[in-house]
Amino acid sequence: MRQKIKPVEAALAAAGALNVVEMYKKALTIRYFEEKVDWLFGRGKLGGTTHLCIGQEAVPVGVASALRADDYMVSTHRGHGHLIAKGGEPARIFAELLGKSEGYCKGRGGTQHLCVMGLNFLGTNGITGGGIPIATGAGLSIKLSGDDRVAVCFFGEGASNQGTFHESLNMASVWKLPVVYVCENNMYAMSTRFARISASDDVAARAGAYGIEAAIVDGMDALKVAELAGKVVGRVRAGGGPALIEAKTYRFCGHSKSDPRTYRTREEEEMWKGKDPIKRLAAAAAEFIPGSEIEGIKRGVLAMIEDAYDAAEKGSDSSTDAALDGVYAKREDIVPQGNIQSA
Amino acid sequence: MEYMQREKISYRKAIYRALDRVLGSDEKVVFMGEDISEYGGAFGVSADLYRRYPSRVISTPISEGSVAGAAVGLSMTGYRVIVEIMFMDFITLAMDQIINHAANIHYMYGGQVSCPIVIRAPAGGYRGYGPSHSKTLEGLFLGIPGLKIVAPSTVQDAWGALISAIYDNNPVLFIEHKLLYNMEGEIDLDYKIGPIGRARIAREGADVTVVSHSYGTHLSMRAAQELSAQGIEAEVIDLVSLKPLDIGAVAASVEKTGRLVTVEEGDLSGGVGAEVVSRVVEDCLPYIDGRIVRVGKPDVPIPASIMAESRVLPGVDDIVDAAKRTLSWE
Ligand SMILES: Cc1ncc(C[n+]2csc(CCOP(=O)(O)OP(=O)(O)O)c2C)c(N)n1
Repeated sequence: MRQKIKPVEAALAAAGALNVVEMYKKALTIRYFEEKVDWLFGRGKLGGTTHLCIGQEAVPVGVASALRADDYMVSTHRGHGHLIAKGGEPARIFAELLGKSEGYCKGRGGTQHLCVMGLNFLGTNGITGGGIPIATGAGLSIKLSGDDRVAVCFFGEGASNQGTFHESLNMASVWKLPVVYVCENNMYAMSTRFARISASDDVAARAGAYGIEAAIVDGMDALKVAELAGKVVGRVRAGGGPALIEAKTYRFCGHSKSDPRTYRTREEEEMWKGKDPIKRLAAAAAEFIPGSEIEGIKRGVLAMIEDAYDAAEKGSDSSTDAALDGVYAKREDIVPQGNIQSA
Repeated sequence: MEYMQREKISYRKAIYRALDRVLGSDEKVVFMGEDISEYGGAFGVSADLYRRYPSRVISTPISEGSVAGAAVGLSMTGYRVIVEIMFMDFITLAMDQIINHAANIHYMYGGQVSCPIVIRAPAGGYRGYGPSHSKTLEGLFLGIPGLKIVAPSTVQDAWGALISAIYDNNPVLFIEHKLLYNMEGEIDLDYKIGPIGRARIAREGADVTVVSHSYGTHLSMRAAQELSAQGIEAEVIDLVSLKPLDIGAVAASVEKTGRLVTVEEGDLSGGVGAEVVSRVVEDCLPYIDGRIVRVGKPDVPIPASIMAESRVLPGVDDIVDAAKRTLSWE
């Protein structure tokens, strides 16, 4: 039975509604962005490769809901969702994937090397586990500066077998750094099932060895992720030292653009698709807004993604002459203390 | 701390003073490494810095890969970082962060940010430490765009180049030969610190150009003295910076002498000499008037036995012989 809503609770529920609807829009943005990228690859419009996060949207959206704009974020090879959750503009990400000079990194980084200093987004990363110590260094930077920001570090369960994971967790714990390590455990590193290559059932168990508090959350449920992230980020921000969140999730798509998915069953995929985080968020949003508005949001986000792509496609191809420039930073190029620069 | 304007100090002390000067004048400089607090650093360079700058001289776990990675994170967020790698051999554990991250970042992120990191690496053999504690690995890094490499041979250059490297906005590999730490030399605090990239003519001579860096410069100078006694005047060029390489200075000398010897302690294959010779041949072929000879380590690991080691690492006699061989085509 439903309880009667008192005025204060009504206000809280309204705030919650705003959050839920916003999270739904963000998750949908990521989903439609990734589906567009997939479609573009299918038509040979993009070069190289890409790693999509379709199915995993609840994790970046939930975690980002607990962050401030000045918090740092370090991402992985599967990073479009992280960047969008941190405020990245789809048009500029498309531009980067298309190799346009309007891309965040002038088309030099592409999908796996996407950095936006203006958003304190320290990069997607082409090296499995490569971002973990970088986030740890960002945490050290915050600690030295004495402010109350946090650094969030996304990584996959596969990366937790890298030395950098263990070295970094140890350092962060010894130095009490404000880092939130977020493992997106989608069960498979490329084709390799975690159970096959891990001595522990959960990544969270590993944190215990380094005296780091860890919690496991349903990574298909953005609200649960947001709730946990809110608590954890608050504790880390208050100086409680590093923490680890393990979000159990699943990628609905293949590992990268060409993956026949021979290492898992279609039944398993269907089971996980039943937990689609977008559908769950839509259902949560429907508690607050009418169905027609949900449909309106869908159409709006879809149109926004299409417009973003069209705008990006019209951009200028990064000049081949410029390909030889900018290997070294000049003395005057970089403001040594400026950690927030416009992208 | 107040220092005398001109003074004779050791190479070790020169590096200490450069670190002290930068840490003392800039709150945004951090120095990290293993055993750099009470222990004073494996080669005694950091001494009491940890007491003077307790929050920014950070003794780390033995985790070279993640310490280098943390330096990347720090440098992207507004700090200048000096990382001491205890022995250059151990830099292999930090390669991913140096090559795939620090060196790439300015270019691959479209110039938004760069990594002002200095990686200090005590290098070199002649001390009987065997294959994992004796290497000079600069050859491995010559082909890494985005990285700079300096390997000063004098006290004055060690001081100046380190300050310059710290204020460079790019990652810089700073090579310190272990045999140089106790060497004394003059330091002048008024010395003008230039950007990285200039070679130094250590000795003028008209007959043969000898190009080297780091400890090799001292071997080359001793060889030049012996050659002089035999009537051959060598021009010794101390590269100081290996990347960028001041090939102009080398070319100008070779155009004068017509002959070239390169001297290094690292492996001959893919080494500094290989790079210098290729560029000289490309630029100065018409001037070359004799065989070109590279002196360096043959491609073998460095044995621990001091006798075996001295057979493998280059010595003064090898340089004298090489210089003589350049005087003809035979
Ligand atoms: C150092 C390194 N080794 C291997 C790879 C190739 N690779 C790219 S992604 C990946 C799997 C990573 O798995 P995980 O960390 O669980 O992330 P997920 O792909 O599941 O999101 C591998 C092996 C790489 N990019 N870098």
